[in-house]
Amino acid sequence: MLELENVTKVYRVGAFGKGSLRAVDRACFSIGPGEVCSLIGESGSGKSTLGKMILKLSPVSSGTIRFEEEDITTISSTKQLKEYYRKVQGVFQDPFSSFNPIFKADRVFHIIHREFFPKVADQDWEKRVHDSLRSVGINPGEVLHKFPHQLSGGQLQRLLIARALLLDVKVLVADEIISMLDASTRIDVLNLLALLKKKGLCVLFITHDLSLGYYISDKAVILYKGVVVETGTTDAVFLNPVHPYTRKLLKAVPRLDMKWEDVELEAPRGEIPELFIPGETPGACTLQQIHEGHFVAVPGGE
Amino acid sequence: MALKLDHLKVYYQTLHGQVKALDDISLQLKDGEILGVAGESGCGKSTLSNALILLKPPMRFISGEVYLDGEKVPIEEYQKMVAFRFKKISIIPQYAMNAMNPTVKIGRYIQDLLLVRGETPEKVFPELKRRLKLVELSESILDLFPIELSGGMKQRMVMVIATLLNPSLLIADEITSALDVSTQKAVSEMLVEFRNRGFVKSIIFVTHDVSVLYQIADRIFIMYAGKFAEIGPTQTVIHHSRHPYTGMLVQAMPEVGIRYEKQPLTGIPGQPPLLLHPPEGCRFKDRCPFAYGRCNQVPPQTQISEGHEVACWKEVEKDA
Repeated sequence: MLELENVTKVYRVGAFGKGSLRAVDRACFSIGPGEVCSLIGESGSGKSTLGKMILKLSPVSSGTIRFEEEDITTISSTKQLKEYYRKVQGVFQDPFSSFNPIFKADRVFHIIHREFFPKVADQDWEKRVHDSLRSVGINPGEVLHKFPHQLSGGQLQRLLIARALLLDVKVLVADEIISMLDASTRIDVLNLLALLKKKGLCVLFITHDLSLGYYISDKAVILYKGVVVETGTTDAVFLNPVHPYTRKLLKAVPRLDMKWEDVELEAPRGEIPELFIPGETPGACTLQQIHEGHFVAVPGGE
Repeated sequence: MALKLDHLKVYYQTLHGQVKALDDISLQLKDGEILGVAGESGCGKSTLSNALILLKPPMRFISGEVYLDGEKVPIEEYQKMVAFRFKKISIIPQYAMNAMNPTVKIGRYIQDLLLVRGETPEKVFPELKRRLKLVELSESILDLFPIELSGGMKQRMVMVIATLLNPSLLIADEITSALDVSTQKAVSEMLVEFRNRGFVKSIIFVTHDVSVLYQIADRIFIMYAGKFAEIGPTQTVIHHSRHPYTGMLVQAMPEVGIRYEKQPLTGIPGQPPLLLHPPEGCRFKDRCPFAYGRCNQVPPQTQISEGHEVACWKEVEKDA
């Protein structure tokens, strides 16, 4: 469904853009329909940049992003973009700043109506909005005709997902969508994503919280300093972590059954090649398969 | 007894009436203890930490008493609190990113802070440099502007500044929430280290992430909608809680090892009540699966065992 190949982003920094910063370095991974892929990394690892490039909010420096076999990095006309956004949508971290506080929250639905479905009659549209709201688990009466400040963060976040569902959305980029929510409501939003996945939606779940990533995703991509250091099925990456950075992250996860000092990870199984450590190993890296569906970064490549 | 809150009430004065953010909170903090405070957003946990430092309008002191090391803390009087702030009670604020003055270098900023408190910077700086080494920052950091530091570095710097005068009580308000897991672990462990070395006597650690509390807190205090819900030793609160809210809050935490397909978790249905006109009686009753007639009255704080107290009618009835 969505394939990334050698996607690189270089930011110009400093006075007159003299310096350059490689935010994402040749990232390769793919997501299929009905899959949740979690993109895990610390702040500054380039995970949001990747999300923005997929949403075409930020241009790609080099490499290709293919959606349904088509390269989307080159599309630029408004018409093509609109077609793309019909199928690919994003939801972001802060639900309160995603809405305009001056207007009522359901304005986001009216905009979709006007821009994407001008031919649908008002009454039919209203029915669609109600169905979409019910499918994300909110009672339409509770949220329609209200201002953003009258709703909770969890409700607003689900409202944004409902908005995406009104389009023929195939890919949802969820950038830290629950890190601002309370423990009691975040699980509802997560369960909703898992439910949508069953209906065939493909979700790119960007997070820094490993336990949330493990809870819903089929695939995990660990990003460190812009480089994909380990990727594979969730079980492979979380239960048999190979790269030292992944192991460090997993050891630092606060758990409810064990104290930090007692956490011991098993030594990685199988034969381990020489690993690529961003910032230490010079040169370029390439992904090498070590088990079925489990890749790690090793030195090499161009 | 390091800190004692006695029926403390702090409300917010608004045009529509009083928002009861801290309603009748009583608790005790032992010497050398790390007390974790957890609850949903808007439950009053940040009001609790701010009230002990600076009672900023529209926050209003209503009644109750606060004692620190046996001495009464006049939290309602701005001027009298000057003697306590930074010296006896100190805070690491939620947004350490913006806590320092951006226009002067860090060394200069610390010097100003000390002069205002009537301290001699020359005497304190050698200790400051020792502590910087302890949190793995180099001395040259004092010649930098706050903007030149990364988020984790700023957090550690603010931690050192806040504890520089060895306060008796340190309040850490959501200090790990914006950090990623590896930095979160490092910052939390440093805080424990500060306690162990005696830089601070006791710590109130406010967060919404119960799993971090499990790692470092000695006791956990659960708040719900401005009210006392449960307090007790960490193991007891996490694994053998008595208040229905605590149990549901812990249940809703995803962990590595829990998958949606195998073990779907459930959130707490409903929303916390608005504190402008909170419901009569137990404030959790509308979301509580065990609620019954008695819950229309305010539940008393009942002691279950040493250091473990719960405010729930379920526990009172059991004893009777």
